[in-house]
Amino acid sequence: MAILIVAEHDNHTLQAATLSVLTAASEIAMHSCDTDLHLLIIGYECQSVIAMAQGITGLSKILVSDHQIHQYPLAENIAPLIVSLVQEQDQTQAQYQYSHILTSAGTTGKDYQPRVAALLDVAQISDIISVESADTFKRPIYAGKAIAMVKSSDIIKVITVRSSAFTAERLTAEPLAIEDQVSVVELAAQADSGKSAFIKAELTQSSRPELTTAKVVISGGRGMQNADNFELLYTLADQLNAAVGASRAAVDAGFVANDLQVGQTGKIVAPDLYIAVGISGAIQHIAGITGSKVIVAINNDPDAPIFDVADYGLVADLFDVLPELTAALKAKS
Amino acid sequence: MKILVAVKRVVDHKVNVRVKADETGIETANVKMAINPFCEIAIEQAVRFKEQGSADEVVLVCIGPKEADVQLRAGLALGADRAILIRTDDDVQSLDVAKLLHKVVQEELPDLVLLGKQAIDTDNNQTGQMLAALTGMPQGTFASDIVFIVPNKVKVTREIDGGLVTLALNLPAVITVDLRLNTPRYASLPNIMKAKRKVITMTSPDSLGVSLSPRLTMLKVEAPPVRQAGVKVADVAELVDKLQQQAKVI
Repeated sequence: MAILIVAEHDNHTLQAATLSVLTAASEIAMHSCDTDLHLLIIGYECQSVIAMAQGITGLSKILVSDHQIHQYPLAENIAPLIVSLVQEQDQTQAQYQYSHILTSAGTTGKDYQPRVAALLDVAQISDIISVESADTFKRPIYAGKAIAMVKSSDIIKVITVRSSAFTAERLTAEPLAIEDQVSVVELAAQADSGKSAFIKAELTQSSRPELTTAKVVISGGRGMQNADNFELLYTLADQLNAAVGASRAAVDAGFVANDLQVGQTGKIVAPDLYIAVGISGAIQHIAGITGSKVIVAINNDPDAPIFDVADYGLVADLFDVLPELTAALKAKS
Repeated sequence: MKILVAVKRVVDHKVNVRVKADETGIETANVKMAINPFCEIAIEQAVRFKEQGSADEVVLVCIGPKEADVQLRAGLALGADRAILIRTDDDVQSLDVAKLLHKVVQEELPDLVLLGKQAIDTDNNQTGQMLAALTGMPQGTFASDIVFIVPNKVKVTREIDGGLVTLALNLPAVITVDLRLNTPRYASLPNIMKAKRKVITMTSPDSLGVSLSPRLTMLKVEAPPVRQAGVKVADVAELVDKLQQQAKVI
């Protein structure tokens, strides 16, 4: 049996989250006899994604379903495809081909993985943060206020992986040498489910790194006072090549779009450096940032709860601090 | 149009949950219980559809102990018409929840099933998608806007990583709702009184013909590692210095 990893991509670029999933998959492989890792790429005109995948070390096969019905990932089309792959019996051993199906716990994986699991009549294990053995995993519950260790009794484990909990390596800058490249298997086209259709996408255009994979994240809260003041954060972010996030208070106040929200109900981040600016530190926000290596808090209220989790706290007016910090970093670089 | 709304009884979101000392679970004795906030948004949406005239009946369904009738009454007070309680004292896992809901869907034949995108206790985010798989219906997860369109379709705007995406689903469909879909109302006193006379039908997994088969065993539940408060720095210069020399992150 092998482990199937479903790639997350946008038909152009392989998301770094997939590399974290590969790390989790190889940890599972170490605990079991499944040594083969197969990467499944589902998309349309996604040659550049396949080319990137050729630079991943440790894969033994790349499966590709490149068809127009997968231009936008619809669970109604993806789930039957994955299920058919899994149910294809291994000719020699009369057992399922795959012991585990893994993908990242982004909104796409969270959409189709439970559908895959139900079609296979197995449980789904969401958002794992550690691999204890081939069938036992840790995952946060109650928004990270507790960590549960769960053991699965299913033959096939359908899993979503919290990418910020695993390192993202295994990708070489260039495709591997031809002799080291693994075979690419093209899968036959399938019929569209006809049940759902893509109408439109409104994606936030940004040249900054993605929140969940950035090494540095700077978030603003209600203390930013209005949308215009977020410019101060963007300027600082450019200096640090950082992603910009926001607290729920800032999102609800309409300062920024809701996909920038960091916290329990938004994005869970785990950067090397997290800078919270004008954020008081509601429990729901802190739940989303505790995986960060270093937390810096800048707030003019010395009693703000954010200081209880911050490695470095600066009690000062953010409107004084931000330009000064930007200038100081510029001077150093 | 009939809308079925699934409701989960969970520890109130304002309760500061504690891990039991023996690491077997969460302390739930004498803890305030409530409707899962995402489910409440689903009920509110169904009631709004009824008020707008696009739905005729809103039916709630809950799987839980006898005490879950409190949450169902609260949902009925928001404006739902009647409710079904599938009584069990067991801890029911997502796949079994989906199987039980599937039976209810076969009996009730709703045009739309609304659920919260996840429950705030287990944080699984699975049940709606699993129900869609079992019923063969299309799914719209993490909805922030829902509009019925002709002929017999529903347009769903979903909150995804990086923005929004809009899909058209054939009815009947399963939709799981996200936070920004609406803000649930407070039940008025007359509506709370009226809810007392509404019907809650009792059933059980047995009478629905579903034998619960949990696949996941909770080996232990532990408290997350606590972060210690660090140091306060005096000014920007000291902060930059610490980040460079001590933390080495810039």
